[in-house]
Amino acid sequence: MSAEEGQQHPIKLYLYIWTLLFVLSFFSYLVDYFAFQGVVRWTLILIFMLLKAGFIVAIFMHMVWERMALATAILTPPAALLVFIGLMSVEGYYINGSRLLYFATIAAGG
Amino acid sequence: MSDSVATADTLQEGVAGAVKDWTSPMQTFQVPWGKAMMWIFLLSDTFIFTCFLTGYMSVRTSTKVAWPNPSEVFALHVGETNVPLLLIAIMTFILISSSGTMAMAVNMGYAKRKKAAVWLIVATAGFGASFVGMQAFEWSKLIEEGVRPWGNPFGAAQFGSSFFMITGFHGAHVSLGVIYLLWVARRVGSGYYDSSGNYELVEIAGLYWHFVDLVWVFIFAFFYLW
Repeated sequence: MSAEEGQQHPIKLYLYIWTLLFVLSFFSYLVDYFAFQGVVRWTLILIFMLLKAGFIVAIFMHMVWERMALATAILTPPAALLVFIGLMSVEGYYINGSRLLYFATIAAGG
Repeated sequence: MSDSVATADTLQEGVAGAVKDWTSPMQTFQVPWGKAMMWIFLLSDTFIFTCFLTGYMSVRTSTKVAWPNPSEVFALHVGETNVPLLLIAIMTFILISSSGTMAMAVNMGYAKRKKAAVWLIVATAGFGASFVGMQAFEWSKLIEEGVRPWGNPFGAAQFGSSFFMITGFHGAHVSLGVIYLLWVARRVGSGYYDSSGNYELVEIAGLYWHFVDLVWVFIFAFFYLW
């Protein structure tokens, strides 16, 4: 079978990634089970999340074997989302600050 | 088939290949049109789910009422102890299992092992259906405990609206995916793709299914674990 007949890769690789996803999910569950808090918790959650997402997109969705034209078309637009998330994060903290500043007395009553 | 999609050895690889593809007068993506369209649909879906999760982030950071602790809200009683996030962990493992069977199904499809492909797709759909079932259980448990889109007994009112919107939209994707997969399984089983010998549609369905799993990875991290 030649390359133009679609994405075909050894089953062994899929099984390996599958196992890896199980292990990573188990680790991210352990983060909650052992009740890590603060920066350690957030860092661990993000690392396991990004590793899992990366393996799913790269191997299961075959992105590493696609031509660069398709990969750039699909993977670069989400960069705009990162900017959006950053802006909304700033906005969220700003609103939180003004609520604490101006509604602090109301908060005491409920 | 080989007329519309150029063979691999006539195409350049890497950056030079990408530049050639993007400046080509006829066709940018050297993949079947269905696959390109599925990827573009999934990109748009990425934007939708990111907007939901960003909205959730905004309300969670801006509220001055304490956010309910998901570890406690989603705990399950097993015997005498409370196991944190047990159901969610099981749901996560089920969805990953389904992703694995789907990857196998794509492989079997291309290998022309029809029977194996059909059963693997059906298994994937079965995992998906059980996932939706557990989500229904989780929803009814939370509704029973008084969680509503406008308030809940555990803390910030926005918890309920974020939860129902995000998991509801994801659950709808899983449910649609189950129907889609069963339809593909039926077509593979009935030999619909035999005449063309073209099992790309299994791969395209697989892209959708892996995406549903991918979204769950982010929901699990940001909504349940954060």
